[in-house]
Amino acid sequence: MDIPYVVQPREDTGLYNAKVGIWLFLASEVMLFGALFSSYILLRVGAPAGYWPRGWLNVPVGTVNTLVLITSSITTVMAWAACKMNQFGRFKIFHACTLLLALTFVSIKSYEYHDKFTHYEIGLKDGRIADGHIVENHPQADHVVIAGRYVQDRRDLYDLEVRKAPHHHEEISIPRAQIESMERYGPWHNTYLAIYFTLTGLHALHVIGGAIVIGFLWGPGSKLWETDPERFTNRIEISGLFWHFVDLVWIFLFPVLYLI
Amino acid sequence: MTSQNQDHIAEHVQRYLCVFYALLFGTLITVGASYIPFGNHAINIAVALFIAGGKAFLVAGFFMHLISERKMIHGLLAFTVFFFVGLMALTACSFADFPRMTVTH
Repeated sequence: MDIPYVVQPREDTGLYNAKVGIWLFLASEVMLFGALFSSYILLRVGAPAGYWPRGWLNVPVGTVNTLVLITSSITTVMAWAACKMNQFGRFKIFHACTLLLALTFVSIKSYEYHDKFTHYEIGLKDGRIADGHIVENHPQADHVVIAGRYVQDRRDLYDLEVRKAPHHHEEISIPRAQIESMERYGPWHNTYLAIYFTLTGLHALHVIGGAIVIGFLWGPGSKLWETDPERFTNRIEISGLFWHFVDLVWIFLFPVLYLI
Repeated sequence: MTSQNQDHIAEHVQRYLCVFYALLFGTLITVGASYIPFGNHAINIAVALFIAGGKAFLVAGFFMHLISERKMIHGLLAFTVFFFVGLMALTACSFADFPRMTVTH
């Protein structure tokens, strides 16, 4: 026996099964990200004055990534419209663009993560702090080299205000004997980076998950078009709804993490 | 697909493109506004979230077709909005609810 309302909508609700299913799923996703945004607010408001980082993320890179994701949203909806207009060739082109844009987004995000994981805060025995990106860190060498700067007060590291006064970074060689502590800018470094990696990491997982579905529907899954184009178009609509939700989450993540 | 339906979708495509340009513009405005010193950082936060809200409306309303969606979906989302607003309200309320003798910054 066939499952009813897989393609045609129910008479009373006007909806097919998958449409109800994806909206229920997205409702649960709103609460998932809502809980994390709530955590962000609690951490930010609860941080001591001067200890919530500002200017730690690269705004131009974040802006480009936002534009990439917005562009992927229009290509997704255009792919659906192409299916609706019986233009399978155009669908293929638009969905390939979405896939490429998704990969671009993940690549840029990976670059940003790499930038954080190669960034170190080095506490010295004389009380100073050396902060910057690692250049040389061979276990056998008696020196560590970073491209960065020295500060006396940890608070100087928090409010960078990079846009107003760019810091001059130079190569600094630090003898290992002088190093008291050395920690990279990973999620464990402070609460800002913990919530940054949690929010953007979960979002990136959604992007990767969505890209896998889009890749399937563009490749092997597109065979359904030959036998049941209406059902295939519905699948494109459903995957598109998920993709737009991922875009929607980023619309809030970008200003919250990068700009304010 | 009838030619009437195709015309209908073609009209939608024009609308999608307008929304796309608005989203690009909104992104640039968000970045630009973050550079303006409003005097109080809370105003910068409010402006950024207001623009983000507008962009979210465009994505949800037009790309996700919520403007023309069925009542059942609107009903389902009404529950989501209720609980989401409740979550944020509880978060906001928590700032005014400290046990006595709590050290605050």
